[in-house]
Amino acid sequence: MSPSAPRSIQPYIKPKTMRPTVFWRLAEDIPKSLQTGLMITSIVLPLLLWWTVTTFSSIDPKFLPSPAMVMEAFGRLWGTRELLKDTVASLWRVGVGFSLAALCSIPIGILMGSFPSIRALLEPIFGLMRYMPAPAFIPLLILYLGIGEEPKIALIFIGVFFFNALMVMDTVKFVPKDLIESTYILGGTRWQTLTQVILPHVLPGIIDACRINLAAAWQLVIVSELIAATEGLGRRISVAGRFLRTDEIFVGLIVIGLIGLAFDLFFQYLLRISCQWANQKR
Amino acid sequence: MFLQIHNLNKHFSTSEGTLVVLKDINMDIEQGEFVCAVGASGSGKSTLLRQIAGLDSPTSGEVKIDGKRITGPGPDRGMVFQHYTLYPWMTVQQNTEFGLKLQGVPKSVRREQASYYLNVVGLTNFAQALPKALSGGMKQRVAIARALASEPKVLLMDEPFGALDIHTKESMHEFMLDLWQRTGITIFMITHDVEEAVFLSNRIFALGARPGTIRKVVNVNLPHRTHTIKRQTVFHDYRDELMDLLRQHGQEALAVV
Ligand SMILES: Nc1ncnc2c1ncn2[C@@H]1O[C@H](COP(=O)(O)OP(=O)(O)OP(=O)(O)O)[C@@H](O)[C@H]1O
Ligand SMILES: [Mg+2]
Repeated sequence: MSPSAPRSIQPYIKPKTMRPTVFWRLAEDIPKSLQTGLMITSIVLPLLLWWTVTTFSSIDPKFLPSPAMVMEAFGRLWGTRELLKDTVASLWRVGVGFSLAALCSIPIGILMGSFPSIRALLEPIFGLMRYMPAPAFIPLLILYLGIGEEPKIALIFIGVFFFNALMVMDTVKFVPKDLIESTYILGGTRWQTLTQVILPHVLPGIIDACRINLAAAWQLVIVSELIAATEGLGRRISVAGRFLRTDEIFVGLIVIGLIGLAFDLFFQYLLRISCQWANQKR
Repeated sequence: MFLQIHNLNKHFSTSEGTLVVLKDINMDIEQGEFVCAVGASGSGKSTLLRQIAGLDSPTSGEVKIDGKRITGPGPDRGMVFQHYTLYPWMTVQQNTEFGLKLQGVPKSVRREQASYYLNVVGLTNFAQALPKALSGGMKQRVAIARALASEPKVLLMDEPFGALDIHTKESMHEFMLDLWQRTGITIFMITHDVEEAVFLSNRIFALGARPGTIRKVVNVNLPHRTHTIKRQTVFHDYRDELMDLLRQHGQEALAVV
C-alpha cells in the first residue's frame, strides 16, 4: 500500500521573484569597474581613516604615528640600509626553512595520499605533531641547536612540514578513482599512474597548499626573531618596541605585510600559468 | 570461445553482512560479437564489467580472454566508463595518445594512430582542445577513440551514452554500429536502455537483481540496422519481451525489500 498523498503545501508558499542586483551577486562575476573600485577602496579607506585620526585628533604619536611619520621612518631605515639587511635576513630564513619543508613534505604527502599503507603509518603521528604549535618548540630548539640560524630554520620547518604534508595528502585523496582505473586499463603501471596522472592532477592543489603554508612560515620567522636575533624584520620590531619607536614598528609591519602579499600573488600567478585546465569558470 | 565467464560470483562484505551482488554468472562470447547486458539499477552490471576489466577480482569463478585467465587490468581490454574519465589537463589528442604513451609506443606512431581514431570518431578538428571545451557526447567519443587507439581485443562499455540526449544518443548508435562493422572488434556493453540494446547487439543478457543473475539470453536477429527498424514489429517484439522481463524482475526486487 502506498501512503495517501500529502496535503497541499500551496497555502505556505508566498509568490516571490528575484530582483536583479549588481552588488549582491552570489558566485557570479561583477562588472570590472565595480571590482576595481572596491579593491581600491579596500586599501585606501583604512589609510584614509588612519590619516584622519592622526591629523584631526590629538593622539600621541608614540601611540599612533601618522602616515607621514611612518614614511619618514621608512626613509630613515632605508637610508642606513638597516631595513634592507633585516628584510634579506628574514627572507633568507623563510626561503631556506620553507624550501626544505616543501621539498620533504610534498613527496611524503603524495605518498601518504596515494598509498593507504603509508598513510596508516604516518597520519597518526603527523596529525599529533600538527597540533603542537611550532613556537612551543622554541625552548627545545634553543637547547638542541643554540641561538644561531639553525633553530630559526628548524622552527619554520616544523611549522610548515606537517601541515603541508597533510594538505598535500588531502589533495591526492581527491583524485577521482575512475581516472586512476582508466589509467590501469590503458596499460599504465602504478608508477606511471603516480607520475603521469596523480601528480599532474594534484599540482594545483600542491601549489595552493604551499601558498597557504608560506603565510605560516612568514609568521614563524617573525616569531623566531622576536626571541633571539641580531637582524631581521621581527628583530627590528622588537627593538623598536623596546625604545618606543612606534613609527618603526609600523614600518616593520607594513613591509612584512607587503612581502607576504607579494608571495601570495606570485603563487596565484604560478597557479594560473601552470594549470590552465584547473581554472575553469563554472 | 573468446571471452568466457565461468561460474562467477561476487560478494561484498558490508556493515549489514555479506551482499551477494553476482551469482553464478556464465557467459561465452565469440570474437566479433556485440553483446549487451541489461538490467535494473543495482543489478550488478557495473560490478560484472569491473570483473572483466580486471579492476576487481571475483569471489569465485573466473574470466578468461582468449583462454587466458584475467588477473588484473590491461590494454587488451579497452573500457569506456559511465562517467567521463578524460584527463582534464591533456588535449584531446594527448588523451587519445595516452594509452600508447604508457606502453612506450614511439611518438610519431602514436600520433598517427591517435589521429586516425580521432578521425574515426569525427573529432579531428578538436584535437587541440581541452576536455572542458567539449560536450558530453564529444567527451565520450574521445573516450572511445582513446580506448580503440590501444587496439584492444574487447571494448567494454558501461552505460556510455546514459547521460546523452536522445538525438546525440542516436547518432552515437549509428557511429557504434559503423565502427563495429569496420573494425570487427568484440564489444561488451552495459545499458539500462532496452531499445539501445536491441538496436546494437547480437545478443542480450538480461540480469535480474538481488542477487544479480542472468535471467535470460536473447539472440537478436534484425534484418537490418538502420533507425527505421525501430518502427517495425520485429524490433518491438524484442523490445517488449525484454521490457516485460525487466518489469517482472523489478517487481520481484520490490517484493523482496
Ligand atoms: N565496492 C562495493 N562495496 C559494497 N557494495 C557494492 C560495491 N560495489 C557495488 N556494490 C553494490 O552492488 C550492487 C550492484 O552495483 P552496480 O554498481 O554493479 O550496479 P549497476 O547494475 O551498475 O547499477 P546502475 O545501473 O545504477 O549503474 C549495488 O547494490 C551496490 O550497492
Ligand atoms: Mg553501473
